[in-house]
Amino acid sequence: MIPELGEFALILALGFSIILATVPLYGAATLKTLWMQYAKPLAKAQFTFMLISFICLGYAFSVDDFSVQYVANHSNSQLPMQFKLSAVWGGHEGSLLLWALILSGWTLAVSLFSKGLPLDMLARVLGVMGIIATGFTSFLLWTSSPFLRYLPRYPMDGADLNPLLQDFGLIVHPPLLYMGYVGFSVAFAFAISALLSGRLDAAWARWSRPWTNIAWAFLGAGITLGSWWAYYELGWGGWWFWDPVENASLMPWLVGTALMHSLAVTEKRGVFKSWTLLLAIFAFSLSLLGTFLVRSGVLTSVHAFASDPERGFFILVLLVLTIGGSLTLYAFKAPNVKSESSFAWLSREMLLLINNVFLMVMAVTVLLGTLYPLLIDALGAGKISVGPPYFNALFVPIMGLMVICLGLSSAARWRNTKMENVKKQLMLPAIISLLAGVIFPFLYGDGFNFRVFIGISLSMWIITTVAKEFKGKFRTSSSITEKLKQLSPSYYGMMLAHIGVAVTAIGITLVSVYSEERDMRLAPGETVELADYQFKFLGTKPVKGANYTADQATIEISLDGASIVTLHPEKRRYNVKKSMMTEASIDPGLFRDLYVALGEPLADGAWAVRVHYKPYVRWLWLGGLLMALGGILTVFDRRYRQNKSEKQGVAHA
Amino acid sequence: MPRLLLFAPLALFAVLILFLWKGLSIDPRELPSALIDKSFPAFKVESLLAPERKLTMADLVGKPVLVNVWATWCPSCRKEHNQLLRIAQQNKIAIIGLNYKDNRAAATKWLVELGNPYQFNIYDESGMLGLDLGVYGAPETYLLDAQGIIRFRHVGVVTEQTWQELQTIMQSWENQ
Amino acid sequence: MLRFFIFLTLISFNSAYASIDTYEFKDADKQARFHELVADLRCPKCQNQNLADSNSAIAQDLRQKVYEMLGAEKSNIEIVDYMVARYGDFVLYEPRFNGQNAILWLGPFVLLIVGLAIVIYLTRQRSKKVINTTVESIELDKQQKQRLQKVLNKGKK
Repeated sequence: MIPELGEFALILALGFSIILATVPLYGAATLKTLWMQYAKPLAKAQFTFMLISFICLGYAFSVDDFSVQYVANHSNSQLPMQFKLSAVWGGHEGSLLLWALILSGWTLAVSLFSKGLPLDMLARVLGVMGIIATGFTSFLLWTSSPFLRYLPRYPMDGADLNPLLQDFGLIVHPPLLYMGYVGFSVAFAFAISALLSGRLDAAWARWSRPWTNIAWAFLGAGITLGSWWAYYELGWGGWWFWDPVENASLMPWLVGTALMHSLAVTEKRGVFKSWTLLLAIFAFSLSLLGTFLVRSGVLTSVHAFASDPERGFFILVLLVLTIGGSLTLYAFKAPNVKSESSFAWLSREMLLLINNVFLMVMAVTVLLGTLYPLLIDALGAGKISVGPPYFNALFVPIMGLMVICLGLSSAARWRNTKMENVKKQLMLPAIISLLAGVIFPFLYGDGFNFRVFIGISLSMWIITTVAKEFKGKFRTSSSITEKLKQLSPSYYGMMLAHIGVAVTAIGITLVSVYSEERDMRLAPGETVELADYQFKFLGTKPVKGANYTADQATIEISLDGASIVTLHPEKRRYNVKKSMMTEASIDPGLFRDLYVALGEPLADGAWAVRVHYKPYVRWLWLGGLLMALGGILTVFDRRYRQNKSEKQGVAHA
Repeated sequence: MPRLLLFAPLALFAVLILFLWKGLSIDPRELPSALIDKSFPAFKVESLLAPERKLTMADLVGKPVLVNVWATWCPSCRKEHNQLLRIAQQNKIAIIGLNYKDNRAAATKWLVELGNPYQFNIYDESGMLGLDLGVYGAPETYLLDAQGIIRFRHVGVVTEQTWQELQTIMQSWENQ
Repeated sequence: MLRFFIFLTLISFNSAYASIDTYEFKDADKQARFHELVADLRCPKCQNQNLADSNSAIAQDLRQKVYEMLGAEKSNIEIVDYMVARYGDFVLYEPRFNGQNAILWLGPFVLLIVGLAIVIYLTRQRSKKVINTTVESIELDKQQKQRLQKVLNKGKK
């Protein structure tokens, strides 16, 4: 009964989506106020029924209703409750329902927090989001309903959730990631509405900015969390594999980063309007493309959903309609660039434009590398692979160039900057950064290392230029606390995010260069030494978990004879799927992780054991979180809150 | 800036869609053999059922043969076994077994119990011949022409449909 | 970051746990080369894993082969060629630079140059309009704006 209710609620939600996709847009086109006013209640109704549908699925999972196919395939009665609930998004159908729920959530949020928006604009934005919701809800109902039953004979118990997904990471990672992916639909909807209405002034940029920043922050947090999850859960100690699924999330993030910066320029200076519009379309298009790549089976990935050409075809049609439609609209209605105001060679506009070029080239590199095997295969020219060596070789240098540009732009002013000022501003940071880059490898490692030099110099370059600019803010102010209060949250957000880039860069550099790892055969009582740490293997004992049994090893780690920590890596065997899994054990630290994973049992109680020493690995996720935090901070800017009271002012700006 | 340039993203997208659409009908996991139109790698390996006999390339040339890579640890091999027996009965082509990384006793028992479609079996215990052949899992089936050149490879269970495909290729040789 | 996944078969499931071998190397150089090679060669059977990470039988064999060839003093190029001869270009995670892959390797650089050229073109157009504006006058502009904003805010409260 409950699953049918869920399906019914989904159908009703689709009904509201269809009305939302038509009535307000028609009202906006014909200036009928009443029609436009339907947008808000429709957004609420759509969200309500989507939520009911989602709760119904969650309920089916919580009561082990294995007559529902999706539940039977992704859950089991032995599964702990928190994983039963997160198993709702553990497969294609349920995760798509989560996608649709989040989309309707964003739609609701726009309708609630856009009091400053003129009615026709709001109607258009919500209408465009209704169109997207219509597409995805139809996709759900026609090809991927999670409510289908096994009737009359249904399995006694479920096939269980993939053990790798029975983890905290799965509980939070997909919702965060989807908040980001789907969040870009808001910026997209604003861009389309601007194109439809022909009102391409700075106002739409101002409205889009907080939405874009917050979606970007969610996506960044999702990516960061996923990287962390892969690190501890897969047992390889890796944190980024350049897998198509990872790339699918990185591309919209990169374009979203470009969009964020470009929106700032458009809002403040009124330039790059058509470019910013295009970026808004691109960011969401890449989210959609990612959905296609992950769910259609056109690429091989360790992490793809079960592939299904029929679903692939449906999403492809959605892509053609959404992206093709918006790019066509863009081609016809994008503004001419002539009317824009001016800026000089050395100006913040110019440098932000260059930063956009770098980010786009990085995104295109990832896209090209991800799709190239498919292109070659489609042309019948054979099978090739594009993997980490390619991406590292191209991505990293471009990122380096962008970081140099980042430091420069902190010294540049809008419109025009004098060369002497830039020199004065940047001389000290440049010297400090280069020195730090030279000295660090001597202090930390055993001599000069070029990669460390580059990585540390670039990171310090960001930190010192940001600090210098921050200090410069106090030149004219007498009271420091007064000035600290005066600076806007978006300024603090920017600083935080830029520092985050530096922190991530330090983490990546040091963990890539100074990591140590050994695979060893260890008998009980034997010790392996790695990076001054002694890992003593004390043998294994059988343990029993809620739905698995395991061999749990005890490994005592000491430094210079003093015991630090005892780790317990496990080799698990899950009862239902009979699948083996390595559960690594980690001693985390701000400056180093000690990581131990169990391989195969060998003769005489010995085991194959892998030990890692991972210096500064936490920094790369810490940086990711700082970036996300920075993005969220910008939303608290007074400017956006004023929108509500300044209704008239902005509407006619 | 010329207005036409604004259509560039749309054009690029159209090209992308074409490729993606084509991609839907391609299986990205299907990996063609790197040895197509190349000679079967040279080898000198024991026979499965007659360990004293050393098999070499000379045993494969002279007439077209099917080389079937199999093992007792491979569940799909059991699935295709009956089809192989049917092919052997038709006497159109000789099937040579490549017993891949297996145990001699188990493999012998398998042939006794399930029937033996193979003219003889190459006992590749170490898997090194399989490696030279570019085998990445059992079952795999190779079609060799009379000169011992690999003309076709099939990965996975041999079905009636696969057999039709193989026959079509063989017929095209006769027509030449 | 990894999204969740459904493993299609039990075989690929086996490769979901880390592979750990216990090879002993004569010298550190060989060990480093071994790790580099198995990281950059793709397992032909798996979904998308290198030889180092995969636990499939074929990956184990190929790792063994790499180890043996290193022991036989083969160069990296010889080892890679050996793999390509048997499994094709598919095993190379670093695609070769050839006519077919020219777009892959050069495309990003071409795009970078084109992008920068466009920026230069646009800036040239725009910078002609910046006449006699100095940094000071812009800063003043900013201060004026802030003052204006303050006045506006006060009026509201």
